Amino acid sequence: MTAGCGPLRARAWSDRELKGLPGLLIPIKVPSQAIVEGGLMHKAIALAAAVAKIPDGASLMIGGFMGVGSPHRLIAELVRQGRKNLTVIANDTARPGVGIGRLIDAKAVRRLVVSHIGTNPETQRQMIAGDIAVELCPQGTLAERIRAAGYGLGGVLTPTGVGTTVAENKRLIEVAGRTFLLEMPISADFALLAAHRADYYGNLDYALTARNFNPVMAMAGATVIAEAVEIVPVGVIPPDAVVTPAVLVDHLVERDRVDGR
Amino acid sequence: MDAKELIARRIALELKSGDLVNLGIGLPTLVATYLPAGIDVFFQSENGLIGMEPVPEPGLEDEYLADAGGRFIGAVPGACSFDSCFSFGLIRGGHLDVTVLGGLEVDERGLLANWTIPGKMVPGMGGAMDLVTGTKRVIVAMTHTTKGNLKILKRCSLPLTSVRPVSLVVTDLAVIEPTANGLVLRELAPGITAEQVVAATEARLIVPSHIPEMKIAG
Repeated sequence: MTAGCGPLRARAWSDRELKGLPGLLIPIKVPSQAIVEGGLMHKAIALAAAVAKIPDGASLMIGGFMGVGSPHRLIAELVRQGRKNLTVIANDTARPGVGIGRLIDAKAVRRLVVSHIGTNPETQRQMIAGDIAVELCPQGTLAERIRAAGYGLGGVLTPTGVGTTVAENKRLIEVAGRTFLLEMPISADFALLAAHRADYYGNLDYALTARNFNPVMAMAGATVIAEAVEIVPVGVIPPDAVVTPAVLVDHLVERDRVDGR
Repeated sequence: MDAKELIARRIALELKSGDLVNLGIGLPTLVATYLPAGIDVFFQSENGLIGMEPVPEPGLEDEYLADAGGRFIGAVPGACSFDSCFSFGLIRGGHLDVTVLGGLEVDERGLLANWTIPGKMVPGMGGAMDLVTGTKRVIVAMTHTTKGNLKILKRCSLPLTSVRPVSLVVTDLAVIEPTANGLVLRELAPGITAEQVVAATEARLIVPSHIPEMKIAG
């Protein structure tokens, strides 16, 4: 797909067209500047160009849970472009050949912050060989550390991990007679998201359990790159259904062509 | 009936209508199979769903609907999906009524070790630490011994999952309840004597004079 012909560069809908749409569609008028280069709809980016923005050694938050809700096209392109020495912050590394497991297979990862690697023997092998440094973090704590960074908080006080090996070298803080562990915020150079639908502005929604870490990572990556299963006109995702607002999304990966279209 | 089925059938009786329940991977997942008729619970999958149906309709599997192990699941009417922060808010915030988890060791204080065997198995804790720390009732489902090795010990030898004691331990030999005074032998599996349980347990057990036979879901 050449730049400029992607579906995101389609013109905005006219008032007349919007009036003809089903009632559930909220007729948001698309400002005219949105359709010119440099306007609100200039987030569309070819897959290769999106990944070219990510240098070797970058830190990446990657959405997904056992590969469900992971940005599979971005991951495949990172592998194709041979990116190395990445830090990956994610729930897990799925399985060999699946989701983030493909980055592990390609030996692209030097450091991992995850809650679970038990389903990927290759991750464990590289960890034991000393090729990947793995920081294991309880799943709820990982989600909250990401949230803390994205929400501007100085840390998280959680009861999870108190009295376990997770608490080693961390501060314990007592609040109202209960002991909590201070866990630090975690941010990244990039957040790579997989949405279900994106509109031309980059508003995102998600499907079922493919949501998982994606919305919170959208708040904590310095640069946010999203891919979506469908890209739809502005207004198709009603305001109440937008989970990740477009203002958080820096780049929206253009769709693959389907059936030659 | 094998050991796992016995354990799952006993734990199924612990669930009450209206409960929000999280089942761990493996043996605990079996509990859903034996839920008594008339008991309506919602199962949570910590990757972001309330209303998990363990097995999807054949042919209707959805690539965006999976459990925490990545297996395709279904969703019951009334189901709800959400992100990981919310999911663990439910767990840590005390909104989850029951979790059923596997165990490697449980000790006299009722503390559980179930996430790692250093030097041998380092899979990561996933959601286990949050589940044991935050859920209202934590039920451990495990065989009483493994290859002759005792698993209910004076002190766990493996790294702890949480310093919060579990609520109930159900094995193929007995039901044991951790209390402030220690581990109480509450029920015996069919054909098992208290002496057999004591012999298979390193931890000190409080043995009442009368111990009923383990109830199991039909």
